[in-house]
Amino acid sequence: MSQVKLTVNGKEMSGDAEGRTLLSTFLRETLGMTGTHVGCDTSQCGACVVHVDGVAVKSCTMLAMEADGAAVSTIEGQAADDGTLNTLQQAFQDHHGLQCGFCTPGMIMSAADLLKSNPKPSEAEVRHHLEGNICRCTGYHNIVKAIMAASGQDVSNIAAE
Amino acid sequence: MPKDSGIGASPKRREDIRFLSGTGNYTDDMNINGQAYVHFLRSDVAHGRIKSINLDAANAMPGVVKIFTGADFEGVGGIPCGWEVTDKHGQPMQEPAHPVLAQGKVRYVGDQIAAVVAESVEQARDAAEAIEVDIEELPAVVDMKAALEEGATKVHDDLTSNLCYDWGFVEENKPAVEAAFAEAAHVTTLELRNNRLIANPMEPRVAIGDFERASGNSTLFTTSQNPHVIRLLMGAFVLGIPEHKLRVVAPDVGGGFGTKIFHYAEEAFCTFAAKALNRAVKWTSTRSEAFISDAHGRDHVTTIQLALDADNNFTAVRTDTHANMGAYLSTFAPSVPTWLHGTLMAGNYKTPLIYVNVKAVFTNTVPVDAYRGAGRPEATYQLERVIDKAALELGVDPIALRRQNFITEFPYATPVAVEYDTGDYHGTMDALEKMVDLSGFEARRKESEARGKLRGFGVNCYIEACGIAPSNLVGQLGARAGLYESATVRVNATGGLVVMTGSHSHGQGHETAFPQVIAEMIGIDESMVEIEHGDTDKAPMGMGTYGSRSLAVGGSAMVRATEKIIAKTKKIAAHLLEAAEADIELKDGAFSVAGTDKSVAWGDVTLAAYVPHNYPLEDIEPGLEETAFYDPANFTYPSGAYACEVEVDPETGKVTIESFNAADDFGNIVNPMIVDGQVHGGIGQGIGQALLENASYDENGQLLSASYMDYAMPRASDVPFYGVDHSSQTPCTHNPLGVKGCGEAGAIGSPPAVVNAVVNALRSGGHDITHIDMPVSPQRVWQAMQG
Repeated sequence: MSQVKLTVNGKEMSGDAEGRTLLSTFLRETLGMTGTHVGCDTSQCGACVVHVDGVAVKSCTMLAMEADGAAVSTIEGQAADDGTLNTLQQAFQDHHGLQCGFCTPGMIMSAADLLKSNPKPSEAEVRHHLEGNICRCTGYHNIVKAIMAASGQDVSNIAAE
Repeated sequence: MPKDSGIGASPKRREDIRFLSGTGNYTDDMNINGQAYVHFLRSDVAHGRIKSINLDAANAMPGVVKIFTGADFEGVGGIPCGWEVTDKHGQPMQEPAHPVLAQGKVRYVGDQIAAVVAESVEQARDAAEAIEVDIEELPAVVDMKAALEEGATKVHDDLTSNLCYDWGFVEENKPAVEAAFAEAAHVTTLELRNNRLIANPMEPRVAIGDFERASGNSTLFTTSQNPHVIRLLMGAFVLGIPEHKLRVVAPDVGGGFGTKIFHYAEEAFCTFAAKALNRAVKWTSTRSEAFISDAHGRDHVTTIQLALDADNNFTAVRTDTHANMGAYLSTFAPSVPTWLHGTLMAGNYKTPLIYVNVKAVFTNTVPVDAYRGAGRPEATYQLERVIDKAALELGVDPIALRRQNFITEFPYATPVAVEYDTGDYHGTMDALEKMVDLSGFEARRKESEARGKLRGFGVNCYIEACGIAPSNLVGQLGARAGLYESATVRVNATGGLVVMTGSHSHGQGHETAFPQVIAEMIGIDESMVEIEHGDTDKAPMGMGTYGSRSLAVGGSAMVRATEKIIAKTKKIAAHLLEAAEADIELKDGAFSVAGTDKSVAWGDVTLAAYVPHNYPLEDIEPGLEETAFYDPANFTYPSGAYACEVEVDPETGKVTIESFNAADDFGNIVNPMIVDGQVHGGIGQGIGQALLENASYDENGQLLSASYMDYAMPRASDVPFYGVDHSSQTPCTHNPLGVKGCGEAGAIGSPPAVVNAVVNALRSGGHDITHIDMPVSPQRVWQAMQG
């Protein structure tokens, strides 16, 4: 066991981790930050995406120790302190971009990463970017629509919601 | 002008706030002080005799609390099956014992041999690796037809064969059906496979058992679509715990799609072990475990025949299906290929004679049970594929052939024992034809051709039976449960309401949609209504959410309970207003006396119920809480017409969905936004079945597609935006909301449209192909093109 110190959503946090402890496990089990979800064990589903030093990472592909000293951003840190949803979160609610909510944290964190590098992505670019995020509920329709809407694009001509 | 509240409005979902901000409460997010963790050692062979299990080394590993094996469960009940099918000779199905932990034999890869309880999950896994199991491997039975051959290895030694049942439906129709085929002007025959699928809700299953020694009460937190059903099955049949000593909670559940209906051994284990160890025991499935322990879906091999007269009227249908049960009978497995499949073989058509034969077969594979649609996708796929093939053989337009044979008069009693109350199949087909630019297809096809691609168009219809269903009927059909729903409506003194429903939401948005109904009934704001679900200590009873039954059955129970509330509040209002009860009207959250300006607000009446100073105590009790159980008079029958346009790359065989349009008739609609979302998700899964997904076993019973690297889940880039229309609405006649259910339609209606479109595309490229099995993968398409 070694101590891992990091910043999560701007707050300093620390806890003990084994060498094999994944960042996703450390966030959920050690720090109690259960907003980040784990939907697979082969790094395919993307439910566990967080940002580490500003870069989107599947937190199941990273050891907790590798995140020592890093600034981690998770779904819990996306809304304002008063609970107001950010633009992307609000677009997901407005366009019904989630159903069971399980893949949603990863979708939001992954989409935020896309919009940072590509502020006005095309439909094809959004779909391509989401290759590593699986949703079983929505058929992706409203997720893609929400992300395009969050980027300020007019989505009113996309089939009615 | 769209409404902004009440029935027909699309308020934004209130549950989204917690899901979007990472504050949901899924089962794996819960931890109980002092909990231990369990890891199941699962069989890595499909069939074998357990000769010995040596726990010595494992018991010495750090952190081990106790290791359980089948021996610890002798005298404990097995996992029960909730539906008994009677075969065509009137005999009950063969029903094998299903132990919580394997006893004597393992019967599929994934069968649980031992359970290691330890202080951490890592320690439990490490110790499991130190268990020495000596298994004498036996030949695995994987192929269904081979499983039924004389002398085949038996999955269960104590059964007479691997045949669970041989079901004929309707057996009395058989001679007339045979005669109709003998007289037919044309017979179309199609052999096909409905590919085996894995539901894959994104949240893997989790179970936490807890026990309180002082009271003797057990609690199970579990990822379930129906916690009351789990309480009943596990309490009564496995562990012998009466309901009042057992609480089952299913908090936020991350998708179900059927596979979280069933009672699983892991749930019983955690509840059992918590009591045995006097501490909470938690199990969280990995995705790899989910692939080999969640019940699978579909897996039918079918030959269907359609008989037509000289005018192309359908005169008879007969089908012969082998349905895979897997190694054990999962909770509702026997009902899926029979009552949820055979009863739908009329589809949207007035075929007068139908005979369905189903042989359910045990194999050394994961148990197979309901997956989104459950039986109805299998019925729809074979019927809509054989109709398209008949249209090809006869050289007629597939839409015209369907329209010619549509049922047009309702109610309509089918020859397969169900009565459709309402429907308008021309209406949904008209709506579909408005959505798809059929006249422009030829130009689009030529444009594709110019780019070296083949373009195809496919259409199909579907009917489903949902809102499952009248208890007296399903009881006759073998269900070992009632299929009503309950709701308790509690009105607080200051006028707010809490509805405790036996329905369960795991993505469907009950917390938003159910209040819309009550808000409409009382004329109050939706924010005054809260929905509680998923806890057996709250709702009185519940059969849960599956079969698109939440609003049709659970919503109807809530309406009935609310009607009782309204009746009582009217009595109170009449007293307060010194008027006759019959003259009291409730509108916009206020009671008024007809023809006068006298009124009293909703909140004043509810307050009076709890502060009954001026109150008709001689007539009614104080307080305001009512419960209703609603048992539907019939199934509901949503229907629709779907169209798919594809492009096939002849170089690679890759199929691309260019457009997908769905016109559904769901009867009345409470929240159109949620309904559209349900259809989108269903279509996504249907396209997944048609193009991508396949649970593939090798001849030794090893699951080859056992991770997301091998099981091709649909990704965002595999699907288009969908066109969805539900303007054609024929309300259900027998439930108070006139609703039909929308949860499964997309998954039922979409696979045949995709395959019909692919066949159409390949034929346009000169390939003489009439069928291609799902998933229509590039490899299969390419091979088909090579002849």
